[in-house]
Amino acid sequence: MDDRVILRVGSKILIPFILLFALYVQFHGDFGPGGGFQAGVIFAAAFILYALVFGLGAAKAVLPPIVVHTCAAVGVMIYAGTGVVTLLLGGKFLDYNVLAHNAAHGQEWGIFSVETGVLVTVFGVMVAIFYAFAGRRRAEP
Amino acid sequence: MSVVVDIALLAFLAVTAFAVMKQRNLFAVAMLSGIYSLLCAALYTMLDAVDVAFTEAAVGAGISTVLVLGTLALVGHKAKKPARPRLLPLFVVLITGGVMVYGTLDMPPFGNADNPAHQHVAPRYIEKSEEETDVPNIVTSVLASYRGYDTMGETNVIFTALVGVLLLIATGEQSRRIWSADERNGGVFEESSEPVEDGHG
Repeated sequence: MDDRVILRVGSKILIPFILLFALYVQFHGDFGPGGGFQAGVIFAAAFILYALVFGLGAAKAVLPPIVVHTCAAVGVMIYAGTGVVTLLLGGKFLDYNVLAHNAAHGQEWGIFSVETGVLVTVFGVMVAIFYAFAGRRRAEP
Repeated sequence: MSVVVDIALLAFLAVTAFAVMKQRNLFAVAMLSGIYSLLCAALYTMLDAVDVAFTEAAVGAGISTVLVLGTLALVGHKAKKPARPRLLPLFVVLITGGVMVYGTLDMPPFGNADNPAHQHVAPRYIEKSEEETDVPNIVTSVLASYRGYDTMGETNVIFTALVGVLLLIATGEQSRRIWSADERNGGVFEESSEPVEDGHG
């Protein structure tokens, strides 16, 4: 573990940029390719890289399993919650037009909100599945 | 020019698929599958489906490869050599492939503006998306707004996948409690009852 200097230093340099790129993909999804799914996977990939290089224990100290499990559920709630909010504001379920003073602005807010939900869920699920796989001990034959 | 690139990418795809088929070392197979996904992503880019290409590169070539490698660390990386050449799987694959090729014969020409896919709701999305949603990327507006219900379903599918994985193979604090209860009832899960702290990395 300690002698892999290039891996450790290299990934330390890369991880902030991976996280930043994920956020770029998320918030630039309105204008170019990308969106919640891709951003969530890239965000998760940064933590998975950390776990691969520094060990699962270190990754779980940074990002405890309870947090990623909560993220996975909260994202779905953000998405469905957006629909409930539009219902309460007098629209149909997931009808974003009612979210702002004019329809196009409401759409922008609605899309932003549900994409955030997708990001949070995908990030949580990807990291949690990785934890589940990596945390198992090899069965003795 | 794009025809040359297409032919080159498809040739690489075929070579990768054959290499996966012949290879017995599963680490190499995992890497080749990642390469296969990356080539698919390049093909999607050639088809102007950049959003799909992005997802394929991130999920197919990235996360899937890591998960497969994580699985190999648990189950070992040598595939058993089959005792005798099995003809039935080859037969099934050839028939399935033949049927799929036969199915494409009826398909309308690629990229034709008169194709059914471009007739129904697509023109409306293309004409109205900008003014209705103020989002320049039509893929995003269709995904998150026009087809918002579908995407909510997909998000739920991903969440359900996690629940399934956790139920099957989870380790950690919660499952350790469950398993230690099982141990008292006969120790069925004794082997896996302690989580490993430092993974396989």
